[in-house]
Amino acid sequence: MPDGTGQVTTHGGGRLSGLGVSQGRAAGPLVRMAEPPRLPGPRPVTDPDAEAAAVVKALEAVTADLTRRAAAARSPAPAPVETAGGTTGDGARAGTADDTDDTDVAARAGAEAAEILEALAMIADDPMLREEAESRARGGQDAAHALDAAFTGHRETLAALGGYLAERAADLDDLRHRAVAAVLGLPMPGLPAPGHPYVLAAADLSPADTAGLGPDVLALVTERGGPTSHTAILARARGLPAVVACPAIADVPDGTLVGVDGATGEVTVGLTREQAAEVVARDREERARLAASAGPGRTADGHPVRLLLNVGSAADLRPGAEGVGLFRTEFLFLGRRQPPSRQEQVTAYAEVFGRAGGPVIVRTLDAGTDKPLPFLGLPEEPNPALGVRGLRVDRVRPGVLDDQLAAIAEAARATGADVRVMAPMVTTVAEAAGFAARARAAGLARAGVMVEVPAAALRAAALLREVDFLSVGTNDLAQYAFAADRQHPGLADLLDPRQPALLELVGMCARAGREAGKQVGVCGEAAGDPAVAPLLVGLGVTSLSMAPSCVPLVREALAGLTLAECEERAAAALG
Amino acid sequence: MAAQRTVAVASASGLHARPAKLFVQEAARLGVPVTVRLGEKAVPARSMLGVLSLGAVQGTVVTLEAPDGPGAEEALDALVALLSRDLDAEEALDA
Repeated sequence: MPDGTGQVTTHGGGRLSGLGVSQGRAAGPLVRMAEPPRLPGPRPVTDPDAEAAAVVKALEAVTADLTRRAAAARSPAPAPVETAGGTTGDGARAGTADDTDDTDVAARAGAEAAEILEALAMIADDPMLREEAESRARGGQDAAHALDAAFTGHRETLAALGGYLAERAADLDDLRHRAVAAVLGLPMPGLPAPGHPYVLAAADLSPADTAGLGPDVLALVTERGGPTSHTAILARARGLPAVVACPAIADVPDGTLVGVDGATGEVTVGLTREQAAEVVARDREERARLAASAGPGRTADGHPVRLLLNVGSAADLRPGAEGVGLFRTEFLFLGRRQPPSRQEQVTAYAEVFGRAGGPVIVRTLDAGTDKPLPFLGLPEEPNPALGVRGLRVDRVRPGVLDDQLAAIAEAARATGADVRVMAPMVTTVAEAAGFAARARAAGLARAGVMVEVPAAALRAAALLREVDFLSVGTNDLAQYAFAADRQHPGLADLLDPRQPALLELVGMCARAGREAGKQVGVCGEAAGDPAVAPLLVGLGVTSLSMAPSCVPLVREALAGLTLAECEERAAAALG
Repeated sequence: MAAQRTVAVASASGLHARPAKLFVQEAARLGVPVTVRLGEKAVPARSMLGVLSLGAVQGTVVTLEAPDGPGAEEALDALVALLSRDLDAEEALDA
């Protein structure tokens, strides 16, 4: 905080608006994530020994900071405090019914984060790196440039080695920013650790930043980002209120008490402590009410809509859902130089199948050059989003899919679960037919495909003659329909799931499903948005699959409308 | 004279990620200046960047060297023992 006293500032007051991307309300003091420092021009050096000493001191400061963070990650802070009004600088988010499950997840995530932070601390403490930076400083470079040059040299060595080591080059960039900030006396970039619960503000968050979020973060507000960005997806998965595309947050000073509404996208600036406490109390009430909701999804007049979960592993499962609509299998393959063995796959799949409490739709490996998997050894592509990804990987590495289908079939037999498979990024009827034939040959009776490109939506009826169901991935479908990169900060409006062109494509799939008597679900982020879910139901979608934390709100949204009302809303949205 | 051992890296991910971290931590703890040699390249065992830059994968044979002195043989034995274990598999067990 700027005044260094930890006092809450009641600056200004007012309402900022952004894009609400993850439901829930929170209130607490704002703390901004520092940007990477800008390297100033070279400075003439009069005392080389002093520069060398400054280099060592900066590296020691970075090491100490990372070591402290690693220790904090291993023993997470106590749960958020009960009220936002009690003491200076605290804030809270109400607990949810999932707290017990979340503790395990948090502990595991904490241990993983600690391992990463410890490895980073060891690199900051590396004797080769230190000696090189020191010798550059003794040779007349100022401390900041000596550090920058030493990191750059090692970065290039790792990048040249390729594969896993090339990925570590990004770690060196992060460490360089930290060391340069330390030597210039600037705040350390990366996630803040103010020692109390806070609302995190940032220009944008990288996937690494969001993965490292601790339990002291109450809500997220970013200047950039869109509804399908990693920040949004991760916030929803954790049930953390989040607002993106809120540029005005840049002008709010650290320490200001803010309220965040992740549904409306409204950020209230300059709350009193009483107002903050009220926000927290309302959120707790709301969560308690939603946690009590249960049962299958249906509209007010009883039209059933299956509510399914998007999961990455058994840890994401929650009781009370009607099954799994999207089991992402990538996690098993990430960071591997060798593909996981058949047995390893069977074990991991069986764990989810055995505990799902309903049918499970498994998505086969969704990889490609934008989600690099070292063992695939795919060549670099000039335009990865339009390249060899999803099912297309099978064109160059056919063994991977057949192995996976065999492992899924074996796990299905072992658990007796109702297991279906679907392929990502299917574009043509021939691809769909080929996939279905191989799934059936592996012993999997029900096969479907994901509709993620307009070509597939246009041919939905023909696809359904080959497969048993469709699942629409609205994030990628919007990206390809609007030629708008999912991660592009300035194109959020084009990626809005209420865009009529996107709804039209979903409607084509649903109509084809109704005519064929087959299921058509949506498993993109749109399915978990209580404002969009009724539109999808009105278009004829039969199931919605979403992050587990979204289920209660969507269940409630559907229960408040008749099917006819959903249809009216869909018709109005199509204009 | 220097004490010397050769050993094949057993970990599935080679001398990267967690195995590299454990190896460098152990080398630092032992306090003996050990060098890891792979072909022409020799790096201090206490340097994470140095060890990573060897690019040693599973099965790569590396040579560990330490100047003769108190604790040198024991330090090399300890590091050889570490490299001979599949540290990735151990990670999977305690996860």
